[in-house]
Amino acid sequence: MKEFKSLVKPYILWSFLLIIVPLLLIVLYSVTTGGNSLVNIRFTLENFKKIGEPIYIQVFVRSFRLGLITTILCLLFGYILAYVIAQFSEKAQSILILFVTIPMWINTLLRTYAWISILSENGIVNSFLEVIGLNPVTMMYTDFSVVLGLVCDLLPFMVIPIHTSLSKMDKSLIEAAYDLGAHRWQAFWRVTFTLSIPGVINGVTMVFLLSISTFVIPKLLGGGQYVLIGNLIENQFVSIGDWNFGSAISLLLAILMLLMINITKKLDKMEGGGDL
Amino acid sequence: MKKKSRVFSFLYIILCYLFFYVPILVTVVFSFNSSKSLTKFTGFSLRWYTQLISDQEIMAAVYVSVSIAIFATAISTVLGTITAIGMSKSKKVLRDTLLSVNNIPIMNPDIVTAIGLMILFSSMMIAKGYITMLLAHVAFCTPYVITSVYPKVRSLDDSLANAAMDLGATPFQTLMKVIIPSIKPGIYAGILLAFTMSFDDFVISYFVTGNGVQNISIIVYNMTKRTNPTINALSTIVIAVILVALIIGNVVPAIYNKRKDKKVKMEENAN
Repeated sequence: MKEFKSLVKPYILWSFLLIIVPLLLIVLYSVTTGGNSLVNIRFTLENFKKIGEPIYIQVFVRSFRLGLITTILCLLFGYILAYVIAQFSEKAQSILILFVTIPMWINTLLRTYAWISILSENGIVNSFLEVIGLNPVTMMYTDFSVVLGLVCDLLPFMVIPIHTSLSKMDKSLIEAAYDLGAHRWQAFWRVTFTLSIPGVINGVTMVFLLSISTFVIPKLLGGGQYVLIGNLIENQFVSIGDWNFGSAISLLLAILMLLMINITKKLDKMEGGGDL
Repeated sequence: MKKKSRVFSFLYIILCYLFFYVPILVTVVFSFNSSKSLTKFTGFSLRWYTQLISDQEIMAAVYVSVSIAIFATAISTVLGTITAIGMSKSKKVLRDTLLSVNNIPIMNPDIVTAIGLMILFSSMMIAKGYITMLLAHVAFCTPYVITSVYPKVRSLDDSLANAAMDLGATPFQTLMKVIIPSIKPGIYAGILLAFTMSFDDFVISYFVTGNGVQNISIIVYNMTKRTNPTINALSTIVIAVILVALIIGNVVPAIYNKRKDKKVKMEENAN
């Protein structure tokens, strides 16, 4: 079988060129000035200092706040959905879960585009309100529309890991809890929820990370004024042309992700190690 | 008490699925609308589909999306599969390093991967356009192929390949006739993932493209300022393509397995 060892060589070269080098370039750009030409390169920490300016801090705060709201809503609705699905027969469960995953395969952009025609001033919801004699409501370009779009897009990422840990659970443990005199709520909290924590942690990390790095949904549903971290990066590269500052923000975002993923892994291990 | 919670379960599931599927339904329904309105359905027509076909800009984008998805899937499937096979035979250090490097594009936010590649292409003076988009797609699809093929390779019994070679098969023959057939399910999963990832991608394509080369997502992104029902027609076609890909990916293996089970059972009965 030694013959097949060299099959790995093309990818070593490929992954170095298209995965490692781009990351190094982001690091290089983030600590230099001189724009896009590497001729008059100069090392500096200006780009990172600039992130500390109030307008940019505000962008970070807004992104985290929105990410947090989205995550909490996804956890609430997603947990209930996963729990309800887990009560069905195995066959029904796999069909129900399939229907949760299908939207994930369809382009976010196209699904978000549809929300515009549902929520806009003379959209479907407002036409309906008019028919039943209510006043139209402004929904587009608000926190509401952005959070709605995010929750719709990210809810499956919460439901699937939670459902996985709920369906792996040994049902007799709950019966045991009842036999030992636990109330419904106690049994749920002390047994079911505790055992589903690994799924919850996974779902929460996924949803939070995806929601703070998105730039499509805030742009489509929040309008041009709605700037989150993703939009800030996009602006630096597409319209403003300050690649160095853009790279510094991206690097910070990548490091944040790495930290959070590592914390999750640690928590996951701790949960997996202890019983109940 | 029990009945009540059953009713609640059904209601809750229906509400959640409505939430997931309303945007998709709205898109599909209004793509067949006879008027330009995105709120009132005035009658059935294929008007937006004819307009779609005659719109050269959109058709060019469809061509870009489809051809890139096919090429990127083909290249990343081959690259990912041989890498997974090679990796299982490599030293532990190399294997672990490659696996963690491979995880970077999966873990990293799309936007970070995208700007990394954008900076790479412009500092290497590669003209942005079709080729850069294809390279970028291969770059983010291959890791997914590797993660779906590698577990299958690991669970493979080495003695099969050794037996084939002892019996005089060349390494290439062994690869094609023994190894590849036994890791087929992983490869199919990889193909499905790579195709849909590539076909659906917006963020990475958006940053690495140039010279007017657009895929479907980029054209939708640029068109959102003016509501345009042809986008609904386009979305409906995209949704249909993805659904067909999913059905092929999920139903065909299930039918295949059932047939195989049946065959085995029939043979058992015959004996």
